[in-house]
Amino acid sequence: MKIRKNIPLIDQHDKFGFWGGKFGGNFIPETLKKPVEDLTILFGKLRKNKKFIKERDYHFKNWVGSPTSFIKLDNLTKYLGGAQIWAKVVSEANGGAHKIYNATVHCLIAKKAGKKYIVGDTGAGYAGKMLSMAAKKFGLKCKIFMGAKDIKRQKPNCDAIKKNGAEIVPVYTGSQTLVDAVSECMRYWVSNCDTTHMCVGSTVGPNIFVKICGWSTSQISRELFVQIKKEFGRIPKKVKLLNCVGGGSSSFGFWNEFMHYNKNQVEFIGIEAGGPKKSKRHAAPLTYGSKIGILHGASQYVNQDFEGQIEETESISAGLDYPGVSPIHCFLKDTRRARYTAATDEEALDAYKLVTKYENLNPSLEPSHAFAEAIKLAPKLSKNTVIIVNSCGDAHKDRDILRQRLGKF
Amino acid sequence: MNISSISLAFKNCKKEKRPALITFTVAGDNNKKNSLKILNSIAKYADILELSFLHNCPIADGGQIQNSTYRSLKNGTTLKDTFQIAKKFKNDNPNKPLILMGYYNLIYQNGENNFLKNCKFSKVDGLIVVDLPWPENKKFAKKCRKKSINFVQLLSPTTSKERMKKIIKDSHDMIYYISMLSTTGGKLKVPPKKILENYSKIKKINKNKNCVIGFGITNKSIKSFKSSDGVVVGSEICKEITRSLNNRQNPVTNVSKIVKRLKNKIL
Repeated sequence: MKIRKNIPLIDQHDKFGFWGGKFGGNFIPETLKKPVEDLTILFGKLRKNKKFIKERDYHFKNWVGSPTSFIKLDNLTKYLGGAQIWAKVVSEANGGAHKIYNATVHCLIAKKAGKKYIVGDTGAGYAGKMLSMAAKKFGLKCKIFMGAKDIKRQKPNCDAIKKNGAEIVPVYTGSQTLVDAVSECMRYWVSNCDTTHMCVGSTVGPNIFVKICGWSTSQISRELFVQIKKEFGRIPKKVKLLNCVGGGSSSFGFWNEFMHYNKNQVEFIGIEAGGPKKSKRHAAPLTYGSKIGILHGASQYVNQDFEGQIEETESISAGLDYPGVSPIHCFLKDTRRARYTAATDEEALDAYKLVTKYENLNPSLEPSHAFAEAIKLAPKLSKNTVIIVNSCGDAHKDRDILRQRLGKF
Repeated sequence: MNISSISLAFKNCKKEKRPALITFTVAGDNNKKNSLKILNSIAKYADILELSFLHNCPIADGGQIQNSTYRSLKNGTTLKDTFQIAKKFKNDNPNKPLILMGYYNLIYQNGENNFLKNCKFSKVDGLIVVDLPWPENKKFAKKCRKKSINFVQLLSPTTSKERMKKIIKDSHDMIYYISMLSTTGGKLKVPPKKILENYSKIKKINKNKNCVIGFGITNKSIKSFKSSDGVVVGSEICKEITRSLNNRQNPVTNVSKIVKRLKNKIL
């Protein structure tokens, strides 16, 4: 299994949609074959269309607020005494997280496809909030599927979704989290694919959804590439790009532009959700060696029992609380281009405390997992090493959990 | 070549000038014992029986079947149990075709060859895999054919004519036409006339293929499909099990009653 040069990673799949011959594909009901094919053709055309790219860039710049800033965390660096710690503050993007890129692109595609309705899934509520924002901006009617458990724990984002005029459909099946929301959203699409466009909230799902999302979030690394060059004059000799991984949309977007650098120069480290300290449940299929299985239309490493039932996960961070992971990350793992590790709930909370104590930054629980790894690594590394953490979400949505666990927000 | 029991079932129905009645139940619903009892009792009326093996992320099932699935999972029904139920049923009803239906991950984890071995051992006659569409299913369908297990191809209102032709060419003794854009058990949102129009398009491509219609078919609408090769009823049965349990009635006798009623409507 090898990554090819000069071809975007999202295009390195075979004719059946598998990366590395085994990750991804299209495990979908017959009814969705045609809509998925139509979407594949449309997206293939649009991404080559200069006018469409211009439109996308216009909205990214003027509406999303691109580029988001790239800053050095001086105090944290000094406190830890080792590698330099930097942050790409993607949470500055309109709406407060990277999910806005995928949502914007999906709404633009839906418009081109002549669809009037758009539906999406959400875990932390960011994908839902951004989709509702974008839908409102582009004049689409929007429904968001969300697990009942997540609705409770991410109330601020739910309020935002409703304020944008979208309907939240609570999902009561299974674990009542993201995994069930995605299933329910796909079921809805099966029934309404003639009038409705579906936006999968991360780099998961049938092949084309992985591609569209990856293509959209890659904006993050396009910006970062320019910013690093401006800051350092070149790409430094030792760079480590740290990003949390749930479905894997922000990390893929954060890494894509650096894909063909040698990993000794630009290392990718993905941090999954390890769950509560002593719990056996986790949301880290890459770290803990889960088996390959099929979830939501794609084969991937996924938490499951011996017979193939998908296992419930447990994480303080709703955005990472997903039993599977993007096929593209499975490919990056098996080609060893990226390495993956996990942080526990407690480590993420400690990291949140430390970062907010030393810096004027308020990362949500998802990127706090990545900061936990940065805090672990930095003291062991030299000053020449540049650690960059993608601070991909704002903690505003986590205020209830933080208040409960830390006594303050 | 031996004629399959599925083909034979259709042949017999054609002799009687009626569509085949195909029932769908969930393995282990509402428990393992009753699941088998239900199969045994409705075999009197049904021509072909579908039994679903469980998956907890069913992306194409509506509410009623999801309820049955989660109820059965909660009772601890495993794939092994499903094969046992199938085996016991086939021992008592050797000539009644039984089709297993489910999602690919269970087959994948069991191993394709091993899964087919288990099917053979339980004397299962056919397979429907919801999320393994054509052409991805070509290799597996071939394996099934080698083992004399019918792989049932699905067609839907979104399937283009060109694609239909190719799928029908690769199909075995039975094709399943999904009546409308819906998960299982949705309300019939398309008039039966329109569904039958699409159905006849399929029959025009190959009139010898047995094509059944499923999704959204109930006691009320089943009569409209009398001219087809077969009709599948699933959610209505799952719903009856749920209703019986809520009313503390015996699901076995109740389900048997409604299947009998369904059958009478198409005689």
